[in-house]
Amino acid sequence: MPIIVVEVMPKAEILDPQGKAVVGALDRLGKSKFGAVRIGKRFELTVDGPVDDALLAEVRELAEDMLANTVIEDVVSVHEALPVSVAGETH
Amino acid sequence: MTTPIAVADTVSNAAATPEKEQPYAALGLKEDEYLKIREILGRRPTSGELAMYSVMWSEHCSYKSSKNYLRQFGTKVSPKMTKNLMVGMGENAGVVDVGEGWAVTFKIESHNHPSYIEPFQGAATGVGGIVRDIISMGARPVAVMDALRFGAIDHPDTARVVHGVVSGISFYGNCLGLPNIGGETYFDSVYQGNPLVNALAVGVLRHEDLHLANARGVGNVVVLFGARTGGDGIGGASILASDSFSAGGPTKRPAVQVGDPFAEKVLIECCLELFAKKLVEGIQDLGAAGISCATSELASNGDGGMFIELERVLLRDPNLTAEEILMSESQERMMAVVTPEKLEGFLAVTAKWDVETSVLGHVTDTGRLIINWHGEEIVNVEPRTVAIDGPVYDRPVAYPGWLDALRADTAAGLARPTTGDDLRAQFLALLGSPNLADKTWLTNQYDKYVMGNTALSFPDDGGMVRVDEESGLGFAVATDANGRYCQLDPYRGAQLALAEAFRNVAATGATPVAISDCLNFGSPENPEVMWQFGQAVEGLADGCLALEIPVTGGNVSFYNQTGDVPIHPTPVVAMLGVIKDVATRIPSGWQDEGNNIYLLGVTRHELDGSAWAGTIHDHLGGVPPLVDFDAEQRLAGLIAAGGEQSLVASAHDLADGGLGQALAEAVMRFGIGARVWLTEIMERDGVDAATALFSESTARMLVSVPREDDVRFQGLCEGRNYPVLRIGVTDNSGTLEVQDLFTVSLDQLRGTHRATLSDAFGPVIGQ
Repeated sequence: MPIIVVEVMPKAEILDPQGKAVVGALDRLGKSKFGAVRIGKRFELTVDGPVDDALLAEVRELAEDMLANTVIEDVVSVHEALPVSVAGETH
Repeated sequence: MTTPIAVADTVSNAAATPEKEQPYAALGLKEDEYLKIREILGRRPTSGELAMYSVMWSEHCSYKSSKNYLRQFGTKVSPKMTKNLMVGMGENAGVVDVGEGWAVTFKIESHNHPSYIEPFQGAATGVGGIVRDIISMGARPVAVMDALRFGAIDHPDTARVVHGVVSGISFYGNCLGLPNIGGETYFDSVYQGNPLVNALAVGVLRHEDLHLANARGVGNVVVLFGARTGGDGIGGASILASDSFSAGGPTKRPAVQVGDPFAEKVLIECCLELFAKKLVEGIQDLGAAGISCATSELASNGDGGMFIELERVLLRDPNLTAEEILMSESQERMMAVVTPEKLEGFLAVTAKWDVETSVLGHVTDTGRLIINWHGEEIVNVEPRTVAIDGPVYDRPVAYPGWLDALRADTAAGLARPTTGDDLRAQFLALLGSPNLADKTWLTNQYDKYVMGNTALSFPDDGGMVRVDEESGLGFAVATDANGRYCQLDPYRGAQLALAEAFRNVAATGATPVAISDCLNFGSPENPEVMWQFGQAVEGLADGCLALEIPVTGGNVSFYNQTGDVPIHPTPVVAMLGVIKDVATRIPSGWQDEGNNIYLLGVTRHELDGSAWAGTIHDHLGGVPPLVDFDAEQRLAGLIAAGGEQSLVASAHDLADGGLGQALAEAVMRFGIGARVWLTEIMERDGVDAATALFSESTARMLVSVPREDDVRFQGLCEGRNYPVLRIGVTDNSGTLEVQDLFTVSLDQLRGTHRATLSDAFGPVIGQ
């Protein structure tokens, strides 16, 4: 079954403590060529049926309303993709 | 960012282009304020200067509507009030001498508006901000506490705010490793679109470690250290605090800040080491208004001049404009003033703690705060005009047109129960009502015992922490405010908050010594709100003078309203007390069977505005209970003496819900049952059973006394001429029996008390 991937990132101007911790860890490992790391979220929504533009628009709206906290996060991408997870949470 | 300002507007450019239109209104400045800035500078402000003035002249930073009232806290004082006050109002936090060379610093501050927009981060950064105030005094933070107000418990949006706020507080406080030792939580629809999150922090220090934040010593270096500066909450201080949410719509909402408690923990240790090694002259925390505030306040409080090269600020986002850097509210940052010869040592300490540091500039004697941006002068102001001599308003006041009718609508006409069954049903209804129900759902998410010095915490009347491990010296803190009473009479309501906080601290066996206050009100541009504010401040100042307890500082939060409807006036009073040895603290619940139960104080027909009237009859009207500061002082003295002589096994303050609620809580605390009788109260005070159980008369406490100390305890009350009645005996029955009226089992008490919050918000952690 097709999946729709929603990617959410902390807003550019907002501090990302997790990313900061990772970039610090990379630095300690001697991998100092990475200036910054930011950590976001990826949602995979398995769809029962075909994915069309209307559904993608619906998911984008859903993402803005519910998956992302738009006060501090942005929805950066909503697209169809091949399933990569073996098992996921179903309802 | 969308800040509508051009980049690098220099002072000479400003002088050359006086006609340039500036977006002062979008930054929250009124036209006359903008003209005033032009008058002060003798030219138009640069965009950087406009940014600074706009945030510093906002209500939140300048106290422009409240300043004229707050002066009373400084004028209504007696010599006793200032005797132990090492630092009073106007600094980052007040400092009180608690003896043995120790001092305690504490402050309560609001973070209401951010906590509605983004409850988790709003509440978390509220904790972070108040803790930095404590650090900047040279103290080690040792405890936090929160006074919270949410909307109606059954409103669909309340759970979002409650979950976010409570998780935010627990996340930040638990990560920092600070015990959360109490506070209070109320639900009322007046807070639906505007919850209150008032965060309190307490720190301890040795007298010699006290530091004030000022920029003295020409040539001393100004250093910024801690987290990098990013685009967080730009304009948050002015725009969030200057207007209600509905006015500008969502586009006006700026990004809120995200906190990093681990960075703050490192900052605490770093600052304490800098202080201990005497490497700094002063440290100022960066909160609202960020670098604008820190530079102008440090300079104003010092020698008056400062030179800053703004491009030296370490940035998280290299695209920030100078104006944005000046306004950014990025968290976990501090500014220090360091003598040049100690700079190397200073940098070694910040390097050790992995805290990024940049030298921004130095202290001058020019009397001007000058800020350069890549070699060009973008700010040149007299710092006092930014930080201290902002606008001051005498806003119009008006006696609320609705108040007389509200006060005439007393509780006297409400049906009072007479039968045992009816009294029992109402007693249980109160016990399970959202405001009186068990708050373990919240407090179990907080770490209460970390650091190992917590002597008392929720659900006792106040939190208590040991300061000195050898002598046992400690402090107690309690916060209180009853918005319903303040709606009926803000003057008396504020005094009731003061009296209750005083009584709560006294009930722990500590002696109340000082307060910090957080005054939450609606819009100051509403004359009725301004009248409420004036009344509350006057009530508080008069009350503090009567009790001879100083106000050490605090915070005013205006514009708390949903649409045009202001919240109930909510002046939260945080009372600090001192106890010589925490081992003599008095618990709030009964611990042994066979103790006599005494009620101290008299019960009057005071059901107006009570929890009973609100819960049973959905009624708010009439006149709040009388306040008797003389009685409160005598009661506190009695309890302190009883505690020191170990005559009192437990003491519990009577407040919301009256005697009935106090009895239930004393039983539930340790599971010791009791048989009590109301007959003697009813006879002596001329009240019916419902009034005896539910009246909220002040200056009352419930105490238990071991049999063998009975005579001495009665002697103590007689000697101090305080009204006292023996009203019951503790037992092992596992029930609370109110003789001839009703009996409730411990299981039913706990079941009723605990169900309300978990039904609304989910299971209680750890149960």
